[in-house]
Amino acid sequence: MAAVTASGPAAVRGRAGLGGVIRSELTKLKSVRSTWWTLLVLVLLSIGFSALICAVIKANWHTMSASDKATFDATSTSLGGIGFLGPLVIAVLGALVITSEYSTGMIRTSLTVMPRRSVMFAAKGVVFGLVTLVLALVLSFLSFFIGQALLGDHSATLSHQGTMRAIVGTAIYVTLCGLLAYGIGVILRHTAGTITLVVGILFVLPIIINLFPSSWHNAIVRWLPTSAGDAISTTVGTNDHMFSAWGEMAVLGVYVVIVLIAGATLFRTRDA
Amino acid sequence: MIEARGLSKRYGTKLAVNNLSFDIRPGTVTGFLGPNGAGKTTTMRLILGLDTPDTGTVTIDGQRYADMAYPMRSVGALLDAKAVHGGRSAYNHLLCLAQTNGIGRKRVDEVIGLVGLADVAKKRSKGFSLGMGQRLGIAATLLGDPAVLMYDEPVNGLDPEGILWIRNLMKALAAEGRTVFVSSHLMSEMEHTADYLIVIGRGQLLADCSMQEFIERSSGQSVRVRTPQAEDLGRALTTAGGRVTPDGYEVLSVQNMTAEQIGDIAFESRIRLHELAVVRASLETAFMELTGDSVEYHAAVPAAMVGGA
Repeated sequence: MAAVTASGPAAVRGRAGLGGVIRSELTKLKSVRSTWWTLLVLVLLSIGFSALICAVIKANWHTMSASDKATFDATSTSLGGIGFLGPLVIAVLGALVITSEYSTGMIRTSLTVMPRRSVMFAAKGVVFGLVTLVLALVLSFLSFFIGQALLGDHSATLSHQGTMRAIVGTAIYVTLCGLLAYGIGVILRHTAGTITLVVGILFVLPIIINLFPSSWHNAIVRWLPTSAGDAISTTVGTNDHMFSAWGEMAVLGVYVVIVLIAGATLFRTRDA
Repeated sequence: MIEARGLSKRYGTKLAVNNLSFDIRPGTVTGFLGPNGAGKTTTMRLILGLDTPDTGTVTIDGQRYADMAYPMRSVGALLDAKAVHGGRSAYNHLLCLAQTNGIGRKRVDEVIGLVGLADVAKKRSKGFSLGMGQRLGIAATLLGDPAVLMYDEPVNGLDPEGILWIRNLMKALAAEGRTVFVSSHLMSEMEHTADYLIVIGRGQLLADCSMQEFIERSSGQSVRVRTPQAEDLGRALTTAGGRVTPDGYEVLSVQNMTAEQIGDIAFESRIRLHELAVVRASLETAFMELTGDSVEYHAAVPAAMVGGA
């Protein structure tokens, strides 16, 4: 064939699969401005917030109580930006990866050229997850080093107990929060709804639980998705009401897996 | 070759497609006609697997669409030219589609040239006119150089030049032996483009035949005769079994008779004819006749207008 359509594409063998769709999803992610804006906000917020907190603490160290000084966690403090604000920003991107396809109608075009929906679902998740993980790792380390530089005498080093775990773990936490948003986005197919729900889970739910009587709070807190972020970044002291750092990460991991399985199932079976 | 067998699809209480079976053959442009809401778009969505049929199957060259090794290299389909992310440039839009099927950048450049979007390839498609958007959508269908092409209302909202371009493109694609399946509710446009017709109404198959057959089947066919002796000829034709209606000064419109019969009768009656022409019913007439009962949303003519206001 060809003629009307010029020379035609180069020949191939095999079957269109994950590799091509991953390249496609990477192109999609790179080629819209919202991605770059979101990532810029992520960089500014996480680095800026960490630097601000660390600088403030350094300046006010002499006013802190002895017990505050004793339990001061230099690592976790420097990771506050990426660990606390990072999930919010990444959740927006995770939602947009899928919900922008529904709001623009692009999803129908995407599924027309790649009707194997599990492949599309997986490729989107893999591309978004890996991009997020790499960026979050870079930002975690940057936040740590900038924060420690600003803390001066009160800083931690990479060789301190739990520091590497906190830095790498925070990046994983941010990635899991992003994948949670992606999964919810697939289920709801609506940008505003998805972001609202994710903000509810990551930011409002912990506040509500805090208002509960302490016996309730202590029983529930280990099951919160956000406890993974708290536990993984803490290097000084332990929280008796939580599982271990990786235990909390596993709790969040299970939530993410459940949401992704539900999302994949709906994505495969629903009319587009 | 697209083969649909017993396709049905229900949305809530509305039966959108009802037991549809048809074949779309290669080498011709097959028009897909039906009033608004007849189920044309739904049928195309079922072919592509965007929606799952409640019953029935549809295959393309014997395969389910989702099972094809490289879907874009077998089928190019454009259901909605607005179904793009407007923030993405035309080039990146086509690139991300091409990559899913292992189609390279060279081919992307090629189709951009084919549809005449080279000058705006780097521009975000949000600012595109209707015609440019349609060209972008068509470019996507050509990426894989597929043997089967499907277009849903491709000329909607286009200017005459755009319409002509699409019409010629479809004919050329069919002439190369491809299967071209195109829906429209613009009858005059279809009449120029399609060789074969699938007509549906309320989700059901109303006709599956060639354009010529479809039009001939309608009762609208007539012969136009101009003669200075209109009254005499009218009498002679009526006697011979024709249905004659005056159609202007010295002009008669005759149904139920061929031009040959009319010419012979005139000759035998020594009546001079100044014009004798077969007037083919338009596709529109034939379509209206067939789908009159299956129009989803009937617009009544307001009484005041009928009364002459």
